[in-house]
Amino acid sequence: MTDLYFSAALPELLLAFSGLALLMLGVFMGPNSTRLVSWLAVAVLLVASVLALTPEASRTTAFSGLFVADPFASFAKVLAFLATAATILMGLEFNRREGFDRFEYPVLMIFAALGMSMMVSANDLMSLYMGLELQSLSLYVLAAFRRDSVKATEAGLKYFVLGALSSGLYLYGASLIYGFSGTTNFETLAASMIDQAGAVPLGAMFGIVFVSAALAFKISAAPFHMWTPDVYEGAPTPVTAFFAAAPKIAAIALFARVLVEPFGPLAKDWQQIVVFIAIASMLIGAFAAIAQTNIKRLMAYSSIGHIGYALVGLSAGDETGVRGVLVYMAIYLAMNLTAFAAILCMKREGKMVETIADLAGLARTQPLVAAALAIAMFSMAGIPPLAGFFGKLYVFLAAVSAGLYALAVIGVLASVVSAYYYLRIVKIMYFDAPVGAGFDRGLDAGPAAVLGAGAAFTLLFFAWPAPLVGAASVAAAALFGG
Amino acid sequence: MTDWPILSLVTFLPLAGAVFILAVNGDEASVARNARWAALWTSLVVFVVSLPLWFAFDRTNAGFQFVERSVWIPGYGIGYHMGVDGISAPFILLSTFLTPLCILASWHVQTRVREYMVAFLVLETFMVGTFASLDLLLFYVFFEAVLIPMFLIIGVWGGKRRVYAAFKFFLYTLAGSVLMLVAMLAIYWQTETTNIVELLDYDFPAPMQTWLWLAFFASFAVKVPMWPVHTWLPDAHVEAPTAGSVILAGVLLKMGGYGLIRFSVPMFPAASELFTPLVFTLSIVAVIYTSLVALVQEDIKKLIAYSSVAHMGFVTLGIFAGTRQGVEGAMFQMISHGIVSGALFLCVGVIYDRLHTREIARYGGLVHRMPAYATVFMVFTMASVGLPGTSGFVGEFLVLTGTFEASTWAAALASTGVILGAAYMLYLYRRVIFGKLVHADLQTMPDLSLREKLVFAPLIVGTLWLGIQPQPVLNMLGPSVQNIVDRYDVAREQNRLNSHAQAAEQRQ
Repeated sequence: MTDLYFSAALPELLLAFSGLALLMLGVFMGPNSTRLVSWLAVAVLLVASVLALTPEASRTTAFSGLFVADPFASFAKVLAFLATAATILMGLEFNRREGFDRFEYPVLMIFAALGMSMMVSANDLMSLYMGLELQSLSLYVLAAFRRDSVKATEAGLKYFVLGALSSGLYLYGASLIYGFSGTTNFETLAASMIDQAGAVPLGAMFGIVFVSAALAFKISAAPFHMWTPDVYEGAPTPVTAFFAAAPKIAAIALFARVLVEPFGPLAKDWQQIVVFIAIASMLIGAFAAIAQTNIKRLMAYSSIGHIGYALVGLSAGDETGVRGVLVYMAIYLAMNLTAFAAILCMKREGKMVETIADLAGLARTQPLVAAALAIAMFSMAGIPPLAGFFGKLYVFLAAVSAGLYALAVIGVLASVVSAYYYLRIVKIMYFDAPVGAGFDRGLDAGPAAVLGAGAAFTLLFFAWPAPLVGAASVAAAALFGG
Repeated sequence: MTDWPILSLVTFLPLAGAVFILAVNGDEASVARNARWAALWTSLVVFVVSLPLWFAFDRTNAGFQFVERSVWIPGYGIGYHMGVDGISAPFILLSTFLTPLCILASWHVQTRVREYMVAFLVLETFMVGTFASLDLLLFYVFFEAVLIPMFLIIGVWGGKRRVYAAFKFFLYTLAGSVLMLVAMLAIYWQTETTNIVELLDYDFPAPMQTWLWLAFFASFAVKVPMWPVHTWLPDAHVEAPTAGSVILAGVLLKMGGYGLIRFSVPMFPAASELFTPLVFTLSIVAVIYTSLVALVQEDIKKLIAYSSVAHMGFVTLGIFAGTRQGVEGAMFQMISHGIVSGALFLCVGVIYDRLHTREIARYGGLVHRMPAYATVFMVFTMASVGLPGTSGFVGEFLVLTGTFEASTWAAALASTGVILGAAYMLYLYRRVIFGKLVHADLQTMPDLSLREKLVFAPLIVGTLWLGIQPQPVLNMLGPSVQNIVDRYDVAREQNRLNSHAQAAEQRQ
């Protein structure tokens, strides 16, 4: 156990060192270095994803059991890194135009990615916390990155205060668990949570509830979702895109790992928590989004809803369920990045606009952007043959196999409600007449590339689902095999 | 020829045409012209390619033909599995037959022609795919995907209240189908397969059947549509562009009936028997109530939409009669209704294009200016009424015969619908076509153009041919229908024995 085993943590080491190096580069080259640093950051993230993919034959622990590398972690890491890289690209032009193209932006992204990577590979309540905080602190700063904007500052502060609260909850829960089981390591926790009589001590159960609440906050699941709409609205759009993508994947992967590995024997106990959170999130996501007029707020509620669907898979608590979660999150990532790339195209005479009504007649002024956004919206509504349907299919498949019929029925009905507001966006783009001159022509390269790739993936996923589903199967099996 | 993957070709050829149309470049006028011609040719080619389903169809075989299989989602046993039998083949032919006519009928569409044509071709792919799927998941994918192009067709090219109608159409149908999805997942975990051929031979436990039946029924009843979940249909029909109404009435409604025949009755026979009184009641209410509603409509399209609900009431009645005549009649009625109601919507479209109103009171005396139109409209009115010699008669007659065997009362009540049908259709015909030509703007209305005649000619031929010589189609349906009815009878007999045995046990 004294073996540090660095090679298991190659992607993390790469990210840590290049993050520091890029920071130095930025400091010495001055404000003109943003472009270079950004591209280097993207390259680093791509290399890190390749490193994460390098087959670690099976489960490898490192740093005295604090850190674990397995296919489950790799799956989440690759998604998180790719999402981070995509959002750096999406922000490149935007930040320059809006006058805050500072080199710290990609550097903070790298550190956030490092934090996520540590989270999904955590094998101990302590290392989990370190990853979580590294990621969260980077995100707080990113939310307030546009310093001169009152809204962004407010978003950053709000996120920080509530985030600190959730960290407190986590630490309190973790200390309870430690107090009652005598260990913080995931592998030994599973065995030591249950006392001789086979029951779970009440205190440890409280600990699980606190930890779950803290993690539910990080994935913005209801009823811990209140910060989401304000932060999404206030933060600069590329940052919002980032918030909705990479950290969500990392946090939900972490949630799955914590529930399955250390608390696996208590599945019956935490299942009801997850079922409740899933139902609450789906319903809040469905009903609260209807009245929104700002598209970023709408996307915030939509993401709450999507997390609810992913949790439907998790509440099954078995391998099928975790596979469903992973497939769902991968597809969610593609849809979400597509939608945000389209939102980044919403600028009129050089100024960004954010209300849904501004999309009126987009199908006539910019048919390709409209088509891509429509694909994302239909997909989020879960209409086949688009990818979003398959995501829902896999999670509901797990729920039904676990006998959670009520959950599945509530879930599909919530999806009909949420279809209403996704359709409303399609309606505004396709049925309404354009107002004014439409958006400025000439997309930025970054969003355009993400838009095209995301829409193509969403549209064509049905033709060849095997690679993604296969990878998710391997990842889910690793979580249960270990 | 039989080595060709005909079903895949028919399904995906329209998609290829759509991609081609999307790739067309140039100024707006030339794009529109090219899009129209490309769509027309694509749909004609698709129709020709689909003809082997008629000519090379083995009419002695009750099983599935033209089967294609390959792996789609490995690990789940979900496959790309296509095939047709006597129940699905006619609907595929109906879809490929109506699509070129719709495109021809939409020649005058001026706004966003390219997108319009693409939407129709994509819609054709999904329609054919729905009927050709032999895998539960594949079926669901196509079945639901239909909503996307139809939503856009109603919403973009529809009338004044198009947004309301499009949303209502989409959300109603979606709400019904998602429950079916949950049921499908339950079926999958129960049987470990999504292969429809295998599922048709699987005996579900009776309590499970009830739930599954209800979930499937939720979806198909909305699609058919049955009273009281029919309210989306009049709105959708009224607001949809003419060709959209044709496809909606001609093919989309049939998906509901097809689903009931394909899934509900053969897969859940015990539940089907249990719920037969419910279906009978809803069907008869549909037949009588919506006929009465049709009688008081001021809007031509709304009237025909309500008449569709009434006619589909006959279909559900026939299906759940569970006799060979009933099911065959339901099938025949659906095919006939596909042609006739489609043609009626085209008839409305003709005068709507000229006067831009669907109000019955704004017309009258058209026979003086438009004799050809009056004749065409007459043929389809008679077919809708169910005059012997037209396709409408055969379907209604068979359904009533089959229902009579199952329930005298149901047949007696349903036959009042035939009379009411004659009442509202003839009343409509009199108000629109006969009488004095009083409105000034009708004085200059031109009769049918050559293009419009070209659209109607095949439909008239189809209506009369089905009415005078129904045997070829009935031969095609026969073995598959017999198969379903036999299975249903066996299951009902088994059910009866079981319940007797249970009752005997309880007595002891």
